[in-house]
Amino acid sequence: MSARDDVLAAVRAALGEDRPDLPAVDRSYRDRDPLPAGADLVDLFVERVEDYRAEVTRCAAADLEATVAAALAGAERVVVPDGLDLAVRGAVPDADLTPTGLDAVDAVVTRASLGVAETGTLVLTHGPGEGRRAITLVPDVHVCVLPASGVVRGVTDAVAALDPVRPQTWVSGPSATSDIELDRVEGVHGPRTLHVVLVSDA
Amino acid sequence: MARTFVGMPPFPVAARSALSDTRLRRNLAHATGTIREKRARVVAEVEDWEDLRRQAAAVKDATLARLDEHLLTLEAALTARGATVHWARDAADACAVVADVARAHGVDEVVKVKSMATQEIGLNEALAAQGIAAWETDLAELIVQLGDDLPSHILVPAIHRGRAEVREIFRTRMAAAGRPAPDDLTDDPAALAGAARLHLREKFLRARMAVSGANFAVAETGTLVVVESEGNGRMCLTLPEVLVSVVGIEKVVPTFGDLDLFLRLLPRSSTGERMNPYTSTWTGVTPGDGPQEVHVVLLDNGRTRALADEVARPVLRCIRCSACLNVCPVYERVGGHAYGSVYPGPIGAILNPMLTGVGSDPATDALPYASTLCGACGDVCPVAIDIPGLLVHERVRVVDAHRADPRPKPEALAMRAAAWVLGDSRRMALGERASGLAGRLRTRRAAPGGRGVLGWLPFPGSRWTGARDLPTPPVESFRAWWRRTGRDEGQGRR
Repeated sequence: MSARDDVLAAVRAALGEDRPDLPAVDRSYRDRDPLPAGADLVDLFVERVEDYRAEVTRCAAADLEATVAAALAGAERVVVPDGLDLAVRGAVPDADLTPTGLDAVDAVVTRASLGVAETGTLVLTHGPGEGRRAITLVPDVHVCVLPASGVVRGVTDAVAALDPVRPQTWVSGPSATSDIELDRVEGVHGPRTLHVVLVSDA
Repeated sequence: MARTFVGMPPFPVAARSALSDTRLRRNLAHATGTIREKRARVVAEVEDWEDLRRQAAAVKDATLARLDEHLLTLEAALTARGATVHWARDAADACAVVADVARAHGVDEVVKVKSMATQEIGLNEALAAQGIAAWETDLAELIVQLGDDLPSHILVPAIHRGRAEVREIFRTRMAAAGRPAPDDLTDDPAALAGAARLHLREKFLRARMAVSGANFAVAETGTLVVVESEGNGRMCLTLPEVLVSVVGIEKVVPTFGDLDLFLRLLPRSSTGERMNPYTSTWTGVTPGDGPQEVHVVLLDNGRTRALADEVARPVLRCIRCSACLNVCPVYERVGGHAYGSVYPGPIGAILNPMLTGVGSDPATDALPYASTLCGACGDVCPVAIDIPGLLVHERVRVVDAHRADPRPKPEALAMRAAAWVLGDSRRMALGERASGLAGRLRTRRAAPGGRGVLGWLPFPGSRWTGARDLPTPPVESFRAWWRRTGRDEGQGRR
């Protein structure tokens, strides 16, 4: 017998033929608001992103390029994905840069698919404007642009809105570790600086 | 078989020496105290926490009850998305799959995402035997690997090490594994994390193959999920050409939507954060993004043994958050090494005996007793596993497994003697007279609250009273009292 046959046979033997139906999962949790009463969605998102010691700048659409440029101050080579639709000084278009090539750029600018207010999380699904996963990982500074309309209330809303087949990266603050004495330290392998630019819907 | 660490003494012996290590106790008390406080704060933010736990348990139970169907759905979805699915009965099967993939690509090193499943199967040792180096990239795993040490916690395997010890390990051991630690390395955690960043970056950039586990595997879509903090997981899941993920068969959830429970429960229970810094999901191969060759190894290794035990089956709900370790008064004092296995703490004390079976290894058989049954573990479990109840269940299994031993344990002899005494009213009356005499012993004293206790008994009773008080037996038994007074009183009232 193959390992596959053996494992499946062991599972079936363990469960037996008679399989009573279990009570259905009660999904009413999806209808409950995960946010504190009276909280403003976007204000709470900003507050919770900042809790992770990420930087957040709010700006009007007309000021986006200037705000991104300010966030990138000091970065000479900035990798940008296809479909970013922003003029960035020092832009290096991502044309299959190798990991070593990515390591040699200073920063990356991308958009994000949505933000989660409950947890202060950005979700990237790595389509146009967001780029493949490696480009937001290897450079040390990540500037991430999100429209305020892209903020959802909670994890439940985010999961419901996302396409599972797209690769996803959920980012909550800069890379961090608590592995030494459970003290949180920002900045291990991912970008040590995360700068979120939140664009007003005006 | 899940591993117990070779050469480790059983828990009672190991715990005694751990208790006398004051540095270990200080490190553990600080670390578990910190994480308990963080968890409590973020769990209190979620008003319907109890309901989320119950529904997460219901999702897991329903999935386990039809596990064969979900595994086949997962296999079909993964295959359709370009992944290669392998099945592994045990550790040897799983290690062979990973080694075969490495050999097929001619690599002599792999980078690893922290994974309990690969710890459990002893993958690093198996690859080393084939001349393949497996580099751990999680900071705590790196500390353990460089220090030639054993993990002692599910989430923070180096929780037993303080910052000064970590600095010493990095200074003396990093050079042999790659880029040395900076000369001026201090014991500031930020500096230590910076040294790990530099040391590992060269490995990430050149790695051609990575090995991971998965926190969840979505049957319907074939999506795997890895939850992490440092970005080492993203490095391994994204940069190499080849990715092999070793996934326990109990990690399956039916739909992507089910993750809305687990992604709320796991980070708050585990690191005490609203959300961990990075969560990655991938579904087979994505052209132009990440590894273009993806393998998934579905691992049994004793899980079907747990599945077959209807009482213990909920142990397979476990999502490896480690909240039960952090609140356990036993774990906090002795640390993870005393448990002698990959899964320490309360969950390990039920998971190890379940995965490996009981009755043959004294170290495994001792684990269900490594608990005071205080119940804190069950209260914090995000998937509502009745850990104290299952500890008792495992104790029953251990006792049952030893009933036919040629040399019965002292406890079994004592129980047989008790059964003989209690099974006959005259023998019981004699026993009551004897215990009444014990109640007059001079070693009695008053415990807090005024209850009389015996602080000391002669051998073999000294084995009990060495660490515990024994309530003083009443001088007069109930039956004696009833004969003397009770019958008349009862009639008088009528």
